[in-house]
Amino acid sequence: MNKTQNVTIKGTKDGLTLHLDDTCSFDELKKELDRKLSNSSRVQEEDKLLTVKVTVGNRYLDAKQQEELKDLIRRKRNLIVEDIETNVLTREEVQQLKSENEVVSMARVIRSGQVIEVEGDLLLIGDVNPGGTVKAGGNIFIMGTLKGIAHAGCNGNAEAVIAASVMKPSQLRISEFISRSPDQNEDDGRIMECAYVSGDSQIIVDRLQVLMNKRPNLARFEGGR
Amino acid sequence: MGEAIVITSGKGGVGKTTTSANIGTALALQGKRVCLIDTDIGLRNLDVVMGLENRIIYDLVDVIQGRCKIHQALVKDKRFDDKLYLLPAAQTTDKNAVEPEQMKKLVDELKQDYDYIIIDCPAGIEQGYKNAVAGADKAIVVTTPEVSAVRDADRIIGLIEKEEHVESPKLVINRIRSHMMKNGDMLDVDEITTHLSIDLIGIVADDDEVIRASNHGEPIVMNPNSKASIAYRNIARRILGESVPLQQLDTQDKGMFSKIKRFFGVR
Repeated sequence: MNKTQNVTIKGTKDGLTLHLDDTCSFDELKKELDRKLSNSSRVQEEDKLLTVKVTVGNRYLDAKQQEELKDLIRRKRNLIVEDIETNVLTREEVQQLKSENEVVSMARVIRSGQVIEVEGDLLLIGDVNPGGTVKAGGNIFIMGTLKGIAHAGCNGNAEAVIAASVMKPSQLRISEFISRSPDQNEDDGRIMECAYVSGDSQIIVDRLQVLMNKRPNLARFEGGR
Repeated sequence: MGEAIVITSGKGGVGKTTTSANIGTALALQGKRVCLIDTDIGLRNLDVVMGLENRIIYDLVDVIQGRCKIHQALVKDKRFDDKLYLLPAAQTTDKNAVEPEQMKKLVDELKQDYDYIIIDCPAGIEQGYKNAVAGADKAIVVTTPEVSAVRDADRIIGLIEKEEHVESPKLVINRIRSHMMKNGDMLDVDEITTHLSIDLIGIVADDDEVIRASNHGEPIVMNPNSKASIAYRNIARRILGESVPLQQLDTQDKGMFSKIKRFFGVR
């Protein structure tokens, strides 16, 4: 019986890639992978670790199966799985991705004691009053006065920025960095400003216009004339 | 079918009870049937301010726990022929004696008989506040021109906005000292209103008469000459749907000379 191979190994200029067929069962795949990695062993004595990419096509692997594959490959040879690529995403993963990448817009006043949290970017049309908090996994844009706390990149993204029409925050937080306004803050707040984390891990507040140089990847729009 | 208005503030001591007593009385003066409810169980004051303390027989908790009928607990204010009633709070128990659903039922029942139910809310955002807001259709937030009071007002507005059965709250700024506001030592009316971004329904000057009247158990509105009295009457008229311009607070300098000085911007 001449069966097509379920596992093919290819060398590309980026390194080794294991193509795993998506039409057989997972157990079959494991068996074949096991066999292939064992018998094709040109015995390599040197302990150099090779990284490989694994592509699984239209097969969905849950976290446990991915772990099994990685484990199998790691045990057999001095190979380390760098990445497992699949064409399939679960609904939750897609929703997660979507919410991480969308801009949530909101028209209201965030009052004392209220906390607004979004996964992606936040566009707030209204004020954040003292005692109120806005948190976003991405950037925060406020068309109004920021008088409370804004926490951008709250899942650890230090590239995130905070921009506000009127900036007089009680605290600014970006990723794990925190800055607060001086205790004697008598000015009326400055207009059209942004905050970002500089190279030396300080939160810098500056004119809005510097953002296009500091964070060029804020621009998602391509084309136009 | 009347409407229920809760008077609240978050912070204590800004004048919720005084405002409740005066708005209620002013509405009664306008010929409306009004029922005041004191929900500050355990720390009741509204009866004292209204001068009805001695007539209390049953209270709110008695009604809710079925020890008496509503009409037995209502204290009638004899000064207003059948227009103004008070449902006093209990003094011997605490806020947890009442549940929001029970309160809502009670207010709904009273709305059948009265044009306005004015609910005096206790300070804080706990059980007492929840009880007070449960039956309300409208809300008035009282604040003073102090940063701490405005902070708490902001918090309470946020909480009220979450209550779907209550309309967007209206703002009363109480205890305004015009000279301090003029000097910039106090937050000014515009500043507070833009900060809280809700509609202003009245401003009340800080007036010694208010304290004197409260101590006599006679709401200030009954004295037609005081500034605070006019302010409360104006609030009542605005509740009734009239459009009344905001009171001018700095009426001390009346002479021609001071008018000229003001014209040139000299204080």
